[in-house]
Amino acid sequence: MEAKPASLLQGKVSELPDAIFGWAMRLCGLAVVSLLALIVWELVVRSQLSWHAFGWKFFVQSDWNPVEEQFGALPFIYGTLVSSLLSLVIAVPLAVGVAVFITEMCPAGLRGILSFTTELLAAIPSVIYGLWAIFVLVPLLRAYVQPFLATTLGWTGLFTGPPYGIGMLAAGVILAIMIIPIISSITREVLTVVPQHQREAVLALGATRWEMIRVGVLRNARAGIVGGVILGLGRALGETMAVTMVIGNRPEIAKSLFAPGYTMASVLANEFSEASGDTYLSALVEIGLALFLVTIVVNAMARLMVWSVTRGQPARNIA
Amino acid sequence: MDHVTTGVALLTVVLVLLPLGAIFAYLIYKGAGSINWAFLTQTPKPVGEPGGGMANAIVGSVVILGIASFMGVPLGIGAGIYLSEYGRNRFGDIVRFISDVLNGVPSIVIGIVAYGLVVLRQGHFSALAGGVALAIMMVPTIARTTEQMLLLVPQAMREAAYGLGIPQWRTTLSITLRTATSGVITGVMLAFARVAGETAPLLFTAFGNQFWNWKSDQPTAALSLQIFSYAISPFDEWHRQAWAGALVLIVLIVSAVSAVRIAVSRGTLAGA
Repeated sequence: MEAKPASLLQGKVSELPDAIFGWAMRLCGLAVVSLLALIVWELVVRSQLSWHAFGWKFFVQSDWNPVEEQFGALPFIYGTLVSSLLSLVIAVPLAVGVAVFITEMCPAGLRGILSFTTELLAAIPSVIYGLWAIFVLVPLLRAYVQPFLATTLGWTGLFTGPPYGIGMLAAGVILAIMIIPIISSITREVLTVVPQHQREAVLALGATRWEMIRVGVLRNARAGIVGGVILGLGRALGETMAVTMVIGNRPEIAKSLFAPGYTMASVLANEFSEASGDTYLSALVEIGLALFLVTIVVNAMARLMVWSVTRGQPARNIA
Repeated sequence: MDHVTTGVALLTVVLVLLPLGAIFAYLIYKGAGSINWAFLTQTPKPVGEPGGGMANAIVGSVVILGIASFMGVPLGIGAGIYLSEYGRNRFGDIVRFISDVLNGVPSIVIGIVAYGLVVLRQGHFSALAGGVALAIMMVPTIARTTEQMLLLVPQAMREAAYGLGIPQWRTTLSITLRTATSGVITGVMLAFARVAGETAPLLFTAFGNQFWNWKSDQPTAALSLQIFSYAISPFDEWHRQAWAGALVLIVLIVSAVSAVRIAVSRGTLAGA
């Protein structure tokens, strides 16, 4: 249907196609909302059985026994938390360092290449990280890193036991490699919006470069950086494949980081398709629901903090 | 002190780039040595027999991604159009926030949802279920990038079209969307690349298959699933094939993305 200027003059433009198109687009918008509703509905309905059987005890019991239909999610919650926190400890200093280097020190020519390469890390599928971790990272940890940690930091109790390679430490390291791009690209975004005169003012007071970065840049961007870190945490909490491949998959709570563990996401990956029995399946869905709720809260918090710094400009869709 | 700061920052860059370099070097070194004609044309051999390949998984991945794109792309672009052209209001803000939230939902959770929605109703694992899971993941990303791209189109262009008496739907499709085509397609490819390597949501939807399967309602092999099951197996031959599969997966993603971008820049798809 070709619209002609003449038709406007005659006042005969039909409004029906416009109305149909407008409502079709609104329907698409509504579909996004209903997707979330659908996810919540599926998770809540299918976890009812387990919720009624175990209640709150589900989250504090550490007994996971499909044969006797006893399910407690504590070892998985513990594994998810510890592996994610460990990955933050490793990733945050590195990611912030890279962001500071790119925005404050890097020659302009190198800047584009560096940000592109760090973002390339985000494009690698998680199963390939896992593959690399099994055959390269884990042997390295077993042969060099773990013996070193055991002799120097063994007294803390965090680095004891046989160095299998596979275990909580390996999961933390591979997660760190995977979340560095998110944290550093958000941090970079936040550092770029710190006004130039802040830097100049601090330098004019006779500050060294380090003091300028610490006082003039990092302090100003604090909320945004924390937001980026929390976005990284959200990613680490839900990361499945790479972790499943190296964490050892044993539902135990051990103090040593050398020991194998299990996470909420990896128990789903390993057991969901083989779960026999309704209670078993329902317990797994309940773990999924808990994971979903935690990541939603974490992500919403992160978005708000990033928004508060970039002043309403939408954060880029990388999470 | 200045030099120390610079030194430390440089060190972090090196530490971050090292694993990236190592991953790509290993991928090419191990993968290229294991790819051969049989790998690309044959189905997996039983344990212990040498040879065999991942042809069915390559085709399966393409089928699942095709189903996902068929459902996810129009819905995502539609939601993006809604957000930029109709959604400058309260409900639009809600849709925007929910898109961002959906972006952060762990992919394995999406897998559970697709399992409940499709697998339980159909009664068996299927390519369709895998496609639904990936489509759910594509929609929010496409919606948000489409919105951002459409907002970049100057308001004056829309007004010029209205001034000529062109109705709003026609303006949106032929002027606004068309002007933003290359940006929108970049967003689509971003979403595509993101789901193309996904494994977790396929574990209990597409499930995997050792044989050829041409039906969309049957368990279907996917490259990422095959890489996973071969990587955690105890056989050297399978490890070798897992590396080859990983290289093929990366090459497929990169070539799909660049093919579309070249088509866009050459104008073949400019009318899309």
